[in-house]
Amino acid sequence: MPIDPVMKRDLQAKAVQVRKLILQAVHTAGAGHVGGPLSMVEIAVAMYFKILRIDPKNSQWPDRDRYVLSKGHSCIALYATLALRGFFPVEEVFTYDAMNSRMQGHPDMTKTPGIDMSSGSLGTGASPPLGMALAAKRLGKDFHTWVHLGDGEIQEGQVWEMAFVASQYQVDNLTAIVDYNRVQQFGFPKDGNVRRRVNPLVQVPEKWRAFGWHVIECDGHDFDALIPACEEAKTIKGRPACIVAHTVKGKGVSFMEGDYNWHAKVPSPEELAKALVELDAALPVAAG
Amino acid sequence: MAKLIEMRATWGETMLELTKTHPNVMVLDGDLGNSTMAQIVAYNAPDFYMNMGIAEQNMMGVAAGMASVGLIPWLSSFACFLANRDLDQLRVTVTQPKLNVKLAGHYSGILTGKTGKTHIDVEDIAILRALPHMTVVAPADSVECRQAILVLTDMPGPAYLRITRDATPVIFGEDYRFAIGPVVPIREGKDLTIFGTGVQTTRALEACDLLASEGISAHLVHVPTLKPIDVNGIVAAARKTGRVLTTEDHNIIGGLGGAVAEVLGQHHPVPMKIHGLQDCYGESGPNDAMLEKYGLTPKHIAAAAKDLLSRTR
Ligand SMILES: Cc1ncc(C[n+]2csc(CCOP(=O)(O)OP(=O)(O)O)c2C)c(N)n1
Ligand SMILES: [Mg+2]
Repeated sequence: MPIDPVMKRDLQAKAVQVRKLILQAVHTAGAGHVGGPLSMVEIAVAMYFKILRIDPKNSQWPDRDRYVLSKGHSCIALYATLALRGFFPVEEVFTYDAMNSRMQGHPDMTKTPGIDMSSGSLGTGASPPLGMALAAKRLGKDFHTWVHLGDGEIQEGQVWEMAFVASQYQVDNLTAIVDYNRVQQFGFPKDGNVRRRVNPLVQVPEKWRAFGWHVIECDGHDFDALIPACEEAKTIKGRPACIVAHTVKGKGVSFMEGDYNWHAKVPSPEELAKALVELDAALPVAAG
Repeated sequence: MAKLIEMRATWGETMLELTKTHPNVMVLDGDLGNSTMAQIVAYNAPDFYMNMGIAEQNMMGVAAGMASVGLIPWLSSFACFLANRDLDQLRVTVTQPKLNVKLAGHYSGILTGKTGKTHIDVEDIAILRALPHMTVVAPADSVECRQAILVLTDMPGPAYLRITRDATPVIFGEDYRFAIGPVVPIREGKDLTIFGTGVQTTRALEACDLLASEGISAHLVHVPTLKPIDVNGIVAAARKTGRVLTTEDHNIIGGLGGAVAEVLGQHHPVPMKIHGLQDCYGESGPNDAMLEKYGLTPKHIAAAAKDLLSRTR
């Protein structure tokens, strides 16, 4: 079921803003990741502007929904989203990677408002959300916990250790989102070409299903698909849910899309300018 | 000005060179080839390279199996993952059976290209030094790094090589020859002995100049091998001046300072000061600002030397 078109346009405009902030912040810092952050923009925007029960003015609210970005290298997308949602000033996003900044290169829950768990060593972010969900049940709290994983990240065994235990305890207040963009950092040669590298992991939905999870597949850049998927995930009873979101690494900038070289490359001034033009062109036009 | 070279580039180039002389060498990559420069092997000698994916624990075990059958696997990942994530696999399947596995710990120390505390490893020397049968080497520059790769490849048994990310000064000439164990005197002096390890030795060298300009004569000794530690070399260098400062881009617990203190405490007690990371994790930031905030600049080393002198003169 498509979502309200006015809301959809609003979310799409937010997504463009987030993408621009990502590229500008990485450019300013002269460091950081771009491909993974651009891949997760719609997911972060859907979460923070529609799905999550949160209060930007009270980031430590005990009954808030939890969202853990386990693919922590993509945190600049989260910082941009949190800033637009009012957790901290948008200008602060530009202190990304600067000395003494709250905008760390990988998420640090001791520094940044709105970060529910530190992460950055892939796979290690998978299990704390299960702990949060189990604790919620134990303490009679009704918040939902989300864990956002990379498709390269799920090569880590820890993810599957978590997946086993979550279904064992029928943890239905936990949803995993797999950012299935089919690219990792360096990856594996595609068709024997060592300069064209991808994440060859296949049958991702089947793997989660085999571990006892309710799986929903959707287009991770289409709010009409993503938001109903998130809403469905919350209604599943008796087992955890996993949204396999089909995404594009570097989404929104033609020369970055699908290219492993843009995993963590800093755009030059020319590349930045070109990218910003492309993103502006993608701004949704208001109806009527 | 000394030439500046990235150790990680030297590592990649030297591994490629080794594939021509050592058919049993294999580079196993934790999906970081374009950071660690394992890509030099991946692109130019693909038969000697395997990406093991983002799965370090499995990678360590695979290396153990390969070594048991006669290959010489060189694992390549960030120091933070190699020294921590796969520690149990390293302990049970590599160091306990003394298998011939080599670890290239990239992006060691606090200068990791602004990645922040998860990626900054200031515990690796302490952790790996505590493993029986392990050899731990921290080269000062790219010349020594290349030498160490060649020597460690031909040495049977597990070894860890501590590699840094960004370009640093080359202090050794092309005729320098690295050997496992012996400390390397860098500069003669009589007021205090400074032991440095890894790239921090190059900063200590600059500190010696600062001290000399204030009339203080420092005896600088580089400690490339943290384990096995050169007991006689350390005692002899300490005896020369009667006071010892250690400096390292690593926590002050369990690293070079710990290793030297273990030696001197038992064999030749002298007044000593341990300089390095003050038992804290790092953060994101540009290199100069990081060295300044965490107190690792030549100026900080010189200040530590003067503090030691003022307490003991
Ligand atoms: C344990 C661990 N190993 C390696 C890395 C280095 N690393 C950072 S991002 C990345 C690739 C991640 O790929 P994926 O999960 O697919 O994320 P995305 O494509 O969304 O960027 C790697 C290997 C890491 N951060 N943690
Ligand atoms: Mg990916």
